[in-house]
Amino acid sequence: MTAPVTAASMALDGGLLTADDAAPEGAFVSSRGFWGHVGHRLVRDPVAMGAGAVILLVVIVAILAPWITPMDPYKGSMLRRLKHVGDATYWLGSDELGRDMISRLMLGARLSLFIGVTPVLIAFVIGSGIGILAGYVGGWTNTILMRTIDVFFAFPSVLLAIALSGALGAGIFNSIVSLTFVFVPQIARVAESVTTGIRRRDYIDAAKLSGASALTIMRVQVLGNVVGPIFVYSTSLISVSMILASGLSFLGLGVRPPEPEWGLMLNTLRTAIYVNPVVAALPGVCIFVVSIAFNLFSDGLRAAMEIRQ
Amino acid sequence: MSVIPDGHDPFARDRGGPAQPLLSVSGLYKHFPVRKAGGKKQVVRAVDGVDFDVLKGETLGIVGESGCGKSTTAKLLMGLIERDAGGLLYDGQAVGERAMPWRSYRREVQMVFQDSYASLNPRMTVEQSIAFGPKVNGVPGREAVERARALLARVGLEPRRFAGRYPHEISGGQRQRVNIARALALEPRLVLLDEAVSALDKSVEAQVLNLLLDLKAEFGLTYIFISHDLNVVRFISDRVMVMYLGRVSEIGPSDAVLDAPAHPYTEALMASMPSLDPDNRTAVALLAGDPPNPIDPPSGCRFHPRCPLAEEVCGVTEPPLDGIRPLHRVACLARQPGSGHARAPNPALAA
Amino acid sequence: MSSSEPAVVLRDLRVAFGKVQVVDGVDLTLERGQAIALIGESGSGKSVTLRAILRLFPEGRSRIEGQILAAGRDVQALTKRQLADFRGGDVSMIFQEPLLAFDPVYTVGRQITEAILRHETISKGEARERALALFERVRIPSPERRLDNYPHEMSGGMRQRAMIALALSCRPQVLLADEPTTALDATVQIQVLLLLRELQRDLGLSIVIVTHDLGAAVEVADRIAVMYAGRIVETGTAHQVVLDPHHPYTIGLLRSRAEGALAKGSRLQTIPGSPPDLANRPPGCPFAPRCFLAEERCRREMPPVAEIAPGHRVACWRTEEAASAYRAGPTPVRAAEPVLA
Repeated sequence: MTAPVTAASMALDGGLLTADDAAPEGAFVSSRGFWGHVGHRLVRDPVAMGAGAVILLVVIVAILAPWITPMDPYKGSMLRRLKHVGDATYWLGSDELGRDMISRLMLGARLSLFIGVTPVLIAFVIGSGIGILAGYVGGWTNTILMRTIDVFFAFPSVLLAIALSGALGAGIFNSIVSLTFVFVPQIARVAESVTTGIRRRDYIDAAKLSGASALTIMRVQVLGNVVGPIFVYSTSLISVSMILASGLSFLGLGVRPPEPEWGLMLNTLRTAIYVNPVVAALPGVCIFVVSIAFNLFSDGLRAAMEIRQ
Repeated sequence: MSVIPDGHDPFARDRGGPAQPLLSVSGLYKHFPVRKAGGKKQVVRAVDGVDFDVLKGETLGIVGESGCGKSTTAKLLMGLIERDAGGLLYDGQAVGERAMPWRSYRREVQMVFQDSYASLNPRMTVEQSIAFGPKVNGVPGREAVERARALLARVGLEPRRFAGRYPHEISGGQRQRVNIARALALEPRLVLLDEAVSALDKSVEAQVLNLLLDLKAEFGLTYIFISHDLNVVRFISDRVMVMYLGRVSEIGPSDAVLDAPAHPYTEALMASMPSLDPDNRTAVALLAGDPPNPIDPPSGCRFHPRCPLAEEVCGVTEPPLDGIRPLHRVACLARQPGSGHARAPNPALAA
Repeated sequence: MSSSEPAVVLRDLRVAFGKVQVVDGVDLTLERGQAIALIGESGSGKSVTLRAILRLFPEGRSRIEGQILAAGRDVQALTKRQLADFRGGDVSMIFQEPLLAFDPVYTVGRQITEAILRHETISKGEARERALALFERVRIPSPERRLDNYPHEMSGGMRQRAMIALALSCRPQVLLADEPTTALDATVQIQVLLLLRELQRDLGLSIVIVTHDLGAAVEVADRIAVMYAGRIVETGTAHQVVLDPHHPYTIGLLRSRAEGALAKGSRLQTIPGSPPDLANRPPGCPFAPRCFLAEERCRREMPPVAEIAPGHRVACWRTEEAASAYRAGPTPVRAAEPVLA
């Protein structure tokens, strides 16, 4: 029969003498928890924080837009069309109908963000669900799910979005639905491949041996390990989503004028490229900046979520 | 007796009595189909007819080289892969049937894997990993955490310092202790250790082996210890089973099998251990070549192409696993009376 | 290199990666035609020492100090061009995992002939003849056919032999082996160890083998050096180190092996604690925290290397106490009766 486990006996036979032997007696080394660690690392990443700040700024502007625009975004003046950047009244110029660019860009942030982010968010949830299930269960379930997904995946995104929008009709809600359909297959694919990658790991086997149901294992053991890469991939789709939305708006299938939306503005200002290229490019700059910010932030998030050996 | 606070006495769960083997395996088969380039379908006969018993309170060592089927056997015993054929009795009851469904079996039999890092979820703390099993089986959260901490202490890791750590923050030996604690969290009676100490440094290995011995005594456990290291197996096992190409070639008390091997393969295995005596280095390797592939095993006795005692009859008849002494069984025609082998003992003399 | 010069000389070798001092002053001499084994556990620095001989570390991320002489050349002073000739031509290396040493898309024979042609100007046919001879030398059955095998078509033991053939293809004088048998099955391992011994004898090869397995070391090497935390704590002939150890770590290693006259059910003698943190080295002997003989002086001052017998060097303040403690306790290795092979 063994003696009681004391510090002395453990010192003789336990693997305890590590260099960081200075933990205070009495207090448990409480873990911050996984997400706590992630947050801790994230705030020390200047690039990610910068990108996050940009996103935050855009979101705030979008939310407050109706109250803070310097001019009425809908009021145009044919006399004051296509003013250049730096104009006394219109600081960032005016568009082809004489409306103030700043105001339209600010208000446009609302719709652009909404149409950019919402489909991706919904697709993330649905796509992850399908992909993780297919990846974990494998076998026939995987085959059926993934080959169905592949059918959608075979269509070029733009065509698929247009076809679905055309079938559903115009409007913001319908374009969000069709864009979601476009992104679900892509996210599901990534989710499936990541999940398949860890399905055979020993710790999943060990979890099975404890008698847990497949659903519990997926929720507790698998999810935390796959959500990172899927999330990063998903955020890279936000910029694509914004561009696709602008394409739909251009075809009259999404946002209708005179609503300000960056993609739509980009298209309607195309004709002004030779007259006032800077103003014509402004909505594109906004899309560009927001997309990059999302990408950089998600990349920082991925890095923070990685296990450092 | 038990560190687990609900006062469970493992011996109280005994159903079959001391004479009943804890685990009884008969006719275990597992083949994997493999498609070679060229369309020809072949079969890897990973486990090809394995019978053995695990007695209550013993440590059964399983040894063998690549392709012998010991890892597959382990997975079959745990139900991680489905067996093609064969009976599995736990304490007298058929596993998977009504009296002993897999879920109940899983509470009785647990496993410790070789790769200490891959066996732990990198995104869960040590404490969460250990508490997962009990939680899933209905133990309330708080109590599961208490149990996890008590087990950590029992395996020699101070809970204050280790409970909140992640697997990548602790060493290999410490991780393996966590794996052992995790296996014990469900209060099993049988623990399968699949090369559990093979990846550790020798000094750490010794610590973990001592720990395993202590735990076995304290909790009244039964072990199946799979390893390629004959010294370790001899030290920790009561009985040893030697596997070759998917079948059992010899099984018996470890001292008997390893000191006086009856099967030529066991003898070759023992002879292949490097000598630690500089004045008596190994002069010649008894076996040439690599352990063969379990695709398309040789006819008759699987070992006969490499066996120094092989005769014609060995290529024809598959030797049964028969007793040559009490509790010591060998699958070798040269040791079985009346088998037709020139060296076989005279049946009249072997009473 | 003249026949009196040692094959490998390391003088006060120090290797650091960033802030971590992985090798902390290693002195080693290997005479021509001899084999020495570096024994140690993870973190002992043995693999790093070996790779430093071939200068395998990227310049930017490592700092190497001290003198490295191998096959008569000063390794630190070699230019890139000379280094390429040196590797394979003078000093060659085999690794633990043969699959990693071979390119999977070329046949084994092609890789060996390529290596030969890189170092010598002979015809392709002659190179292939050499490769065939090498395969025969390393006892690969049906060598002619095997030359045209891809690495994945060979079994583990055969791949390891092929790697040895590749390493010897340019006739080096020194062979470095990094855990060459760790990944192999027991029956294959002993074959490869015997092969290494045979090659040493027949070709006059000088071998440095790194391993954590004391048995493998005894089978191949004439001399053994035990490493701990980047330093050599004991060096001597295999006989001296294994039968008459004078360092507590060596004793601990010998005692924690699970063979010998151990009663069933008794506990193994262990070395308490865990390997040291190389980033935070204590001022004295690095083994002191785990040593059963440690005293104040050990923790404060680094012990010097003392030569307690010809060729037997130990870095410990209390070698005498260690040796007597070993003789008093269970001795796992007995000088048994000679085996009638």
